[in-house]
Amino acid sequence: MKFTLSWLKDHLETEATLSEILDALNMIGLEVEAVDDRAAYAPFVIAKVLSAEQHPDADRLRVLSVDAGPNHNGGKPIQVVCGAPNAKEGLVGAFAGPGTYVPGIDITLSVGNIRGVESHGMMCSERELELSDEHDGIIDISGEGEFETGSSFAAYAGLDDPVIEIGITPNRPDALGIAGIARDLEAFGIGKVKKLNVAEPVAKFPCPLDVKLEFGDKDSLCPAFGLRYVRGVKNGQSPQWMQKRLKAIGLRPISALVDITNYVTFDLGRPLHVFDADKVKGDLIVRHAEDGEKFLGLDGKEYKLTANNCVIADDNGVESLAGVMGGEVSGCSEETVNVLIESALWEPMNIARTGRDQGIITDARYRNERGIDPSFMVPGLDHATNLVMELCGGEPSEAVISGEVPKPSLILDFPISEVERLTGLTVSTEEIISILQRLGFGVSGTGDILQVAVPSWRPDIFGKADLVEEVMRIHGINKIESRPLESLGVVNGKILTEGQIRTRAARRMLATRGMQEAITWSFISKTQAEAFGGGADVLALANPISVEMAHMRPSLLPSLILAAQANADRGYGDVALFEVSHIYRGDNPEEQLRVAGGIRRGTAGLIGSGRHWSGPTEAVGVYDAKADALAVLEACGMDTSKVQITATAPEWYHPGRSGTIQLGPKMILGHFGELHPFTLENLDVSGPLCGFEVWLDTIPTPRKKATKTKPPLSLDSLQPVKRDFAFVLDKSANAASLLRAASSADKKMISNVSVFDVFEGASLGEDKKSVAIEVTLQPTDKTFTDEEIDGISQKIIANVLKSTGGVLRG
Amino acid sequence: MSEIAELETEIRTQIDGASDEAALEAVRIASLGKKGSISTMMKTLGKMTPEERKVMGPALNGLKVSITDAIAARKQVLGKAAIEARLVNETLDVTLPLRPSPAQVGRIHPITQVTDEITAIFADMGFSIAEGPDIETDYYNFTALNFPEGHPAREMHDTFFFNEGEDGKRKVLRTHTSPVQIHTMESQEPPIRIVIPGKTYRCDSDATHSPMFHQLEGLVVDKKSNIGNLKWVLEEFTKAFFEVEQVGMRFRPSFFPFTEPSLELDIQCDRSGKEIKFGEGSDWMEVLGCGMVHPNVLRSGGLDPDVYQGFAWGIGIDRLAMLKYGMPDLREFFDADVRWMDHYGFRPLDMPTLFGGLST
Repeated sequence: MKFTLSWLKDHLETEATLSEILDALNMIGLEVEAVDDRAAYAPFVIAKVLSAEQHPDADRLRVLSVDAGPNHNGGKPIQVVCGAPNAKEGLVGAFAGPGTYVPGIDITLSVGNIRGVESHGMMCSERELELSDEHDGIIDISGEGEFETGSSFAAYAGLDDPVIEIGITPNRPDALGIAGIARDLEAFGIGKVKKLNVAEPVAKFPCPLDVKLEFGDKDSLCPAFGLRYVRGVKNGQSPQWMQKRLKAIGLRPISALVDITNYVTFDLGRPLHVFDADKVKGDLIVRHAEDGEKFLGLDGKEYKLTANNCVIADDNGVESLAGVMGGEVSGCSEETVNVLIESALWEPMNIARTGRDQGIITDARYRNERGIDPSFMVPGLDHATNLVMELCGGEPSEAVISGEVPKPSLILDFPISEVERLTGLTVSTEEIISILQRLGFGVSGTGDILQVAVPSWRPDIFGKADLVEEVMRIHGINKIESRPLESLGVVNGKILTEGQIRTRAARRMLATRGMQEAITWSFISKTQAEAFGGGADVLALANPISVEMAHMRPSLLPSLILAAQANADRGYGDVALFEVSHIYRGDNPEEQLRVAGGIRRGTAGLIGSGRHWSGPTEAVGVYDAKADALAVLEACGMDTSKVQITATAPEWYHPGRSGTIQLGPKMILGHFGELHPFTLENLDVSGPLCGFEVWLDTIPTPRKKATKTKPPLSLDSLQPVKRDFAFVLDKSANAASLLRAASSADKKMISNVSVFDVFEGASLGEDKKSVAIEVTLQPTDKTFTDEEIDGISQKIIANVLKSTGGVLRG
Repeated sequence: MSEIAELETEIRTQIDGASDEAALEAVRIASLGKKGSISTMMKTLGKMTPEERKVMGPALNGLKVSITDAIAARKQVLGKAAIEARLVNETLDVTLPLRPSPAQVGRIHPITQVTDEITAIFADMGFSIAEGPDIETDYYNFTALNFPEGHPAREMHDTFFFNEGEDGKRKVLRTHTSPVQIHTMESQEPPIRIVIPGKTYRCDSDATHSPMFHQLEGLVVDKKSNIGNLKWVLEEFTKAFFEVEQVGMRFRPSFFPFTEPSLELDIQCDRSGKEIKFGEGSDWMEVLGCGMVHPNVLRSGGLDPDVYQGFAWGIGIDRLAMLKYGMPDLREFFDADVRWMDHYGFRPLDMPTLFGGLST
């Protein structure tokens, strides 16, 4: 909402400075968004043309000698080359010296040389000062009185009027008129409102047409409609003062009749519409539109209406989209001699819906959807009629009022203790009453509970909390003193949920493993979603920002892989990225899963990437991803010696170089592996790439123990004994079963089994491999005899043969 | 006796002349070994008269001890020299650069770090951390928060919608973290003190808007908390978060459907230099919206607004991060550019705590 300072002062008598007014606006909730103090016009001064000679070398140019006052050229005449036909001796106009920015032509002047004659500035046209489109000649105000050269042209022309823009929250339609802003400022103590007295025009004849509200058995979308016919008007340009103000707030003057409607919209927050009465046929009918009915708006566009829209129609069809936009056909023009003025009330929700559905944003819609003061419908019609007669002449008819203007009826019980209860402010009863009255509320009753009548222009006031806000903002929001929140009187315990704790732990763990935390979009393209098991319709956005961001992601991997590729394209091919966030398997809360995922690309393994003197750096692979995944599980409190690793994984992983981490056959904790070449092709990226995802919610929560005490430590006094075995197995046999077989040979004596060598070679035979293990035997009460060790060894060999087919390597 | 002295001189000369441990061992064997010169002389003791033995015994023993000590001493010298000689050849170039450790390379995203900082502060004030789903029903995102159907305030949210389900309703990506207010009131009896960090979504994208961003919601509901308390919480939070002694603050009345009265908070800052400084200067920067929980919202949460009251606020985590740590562009937060993360990210062991300072 924009307005100028002088416009505000039409409604408010005040000595306050601009800065005091701006502070007050902020304090009462009318946030100042921008102020243009019009300093750009300050350099333009009133100047007199002392002489005008023909340019020696150009027929259409003249060389002027200009007196621009004592501050220009030391008060001596200035030479200006000018092409305006009206430039002559004695002309008084607006002068701009070198260095001045001229808004209308977007140029900063410098000393020029035009066909051999120096020019030290410019005498401006109206267009150059953005006063109008007039460019046939330069401004001449010599006929308007006596002027002092060098004085401000802006002050003379009213261009120095500061323009203030405030943000109006959706609850305050009353502040969408300048008069309403003045009322709020007065309540705050800035000035005194100048009351607007609207005289009812003296009707010269009955209105020749009627307004019928025809909603049938449907809900009425128009509580009341006021109309007046004014005959014999002359629709020329509106007066300069009106044009100037409209232009200052960014509106284009059109004609007096149209300008009046725009002016009153901003001045009093009362949208109006004018019809050319001679283009209207029959009575005006206010009704629902018919589905598919066409309407040509005054913006020249054709709209296809639905039964949800409300229209004003006549015998010719739809003439106006009610409360949103007038029609092209019945609009006023220069030729209009008889005019119909509409001032009506509309159903705000319906206006909002119509505007949204049809994609129309107008000043009328903006106000009508927020709520118009119903009590001002008729005075607004009268006021507009008076303005029409004043600016365009003509004779008014009687007003037609259809429907019924709702009377303000909301009276709230207001316990004054609410002010202190909600704000902590102590405000006296007298002050509370005074504030409410200054804002136009009717207050009656004494004692603890007041009866407060809500004024017609405040549709946002429903209950006592709303009244508290009114008292608070006028009394002074910054008078509220801060008060410590009551201490709970205890040390705050653990405040994070298990899921939050795991999220933090996983992040810090992965970062300590040299990975960088990324945060990527929750939505990805359908192709990407499908490549990772997603893409269901239920997770498709109906209004995505782009096709790249159209589906809720089923996995963290695609975004991370694409991010790695983007980094590679910038020259950083060895990257390790992770993210701990949500993925979506459906649109229900329990289908939003907390996942830790990560990828490594190029040589970005745990020990570091790139070439190094200390040894070769290998490309990342399945074991890097496995280590990351297990590290996450450990960080989340899981004993990873308890998990099983199976050589299966979802289809986007390399089938032979990927695995699943599980607890028992059903509980899947995560997947890891190198990516399938098809996946990389699908995403148009290159590897080497490996990745993992761990489902943090699935990790079992450890049982709660009664105490934090750890079990007693028992240390064996006897030294452990180590024995090595190398087995030749089928290539398809896996290490896990070998280790299991070896450990189970004697669960009591064998304390650890580890793999220290894996070898494949022609010497072993086709499809064979050798796996060497180290078995640690821990004696408990006495040292082992050779026989005992030999016995265990034989049992290990037998167990391995039985469960894996592996034989001791000769 | 002169024989002994001569032998001693001779052996000592050999000891001193031994150039390595092997030569010294040869000297030892030649003197103290079974057939060594000293041992041979010792064997002659048995054939001596008691008087001779009385003299020669201690003399020979003395010789044996003296030579044993001399060999040991020489052995130590030679051993040391041998090690020193070996060490000369073992020299490595210690100026060779090592790989940085993984913990040096890894980075935590600023949003994670700032969320941890916020958590540390609010934990100290007795708050818990709550969460809720990203995909919400219209009811929780709007209706329960006092956004009437068709209200212009709904439109200001630029909502992402899903397609209509079988029930004819369409879910939304939550436009704010406020739905968690309702979830919390539904599941927990007051007093409630929670903060809700989380992802939020709006269908809007430019330099200062991102279709996905992070918000921190705060909610206090009990029987007496008022705007004075709200002011204190936000003042203390702001000072603690920006790690300054004082912050100038200014409240302005505003409007949010789910609070009444509603306020916006500006904090004082100095924007004259390259960096924004808080706690000084003459500019004001809008940082958050807040207010007393609207009676209708309390009702939605199943609470009687005449008994319970409280306040709520919402603030952008991304924005807090930008203000504190100086990232210029919101969109870069989600680009996963390793250069950006390396520069603006945090080291994995930089854990924000109040006792150790939020930032280092």
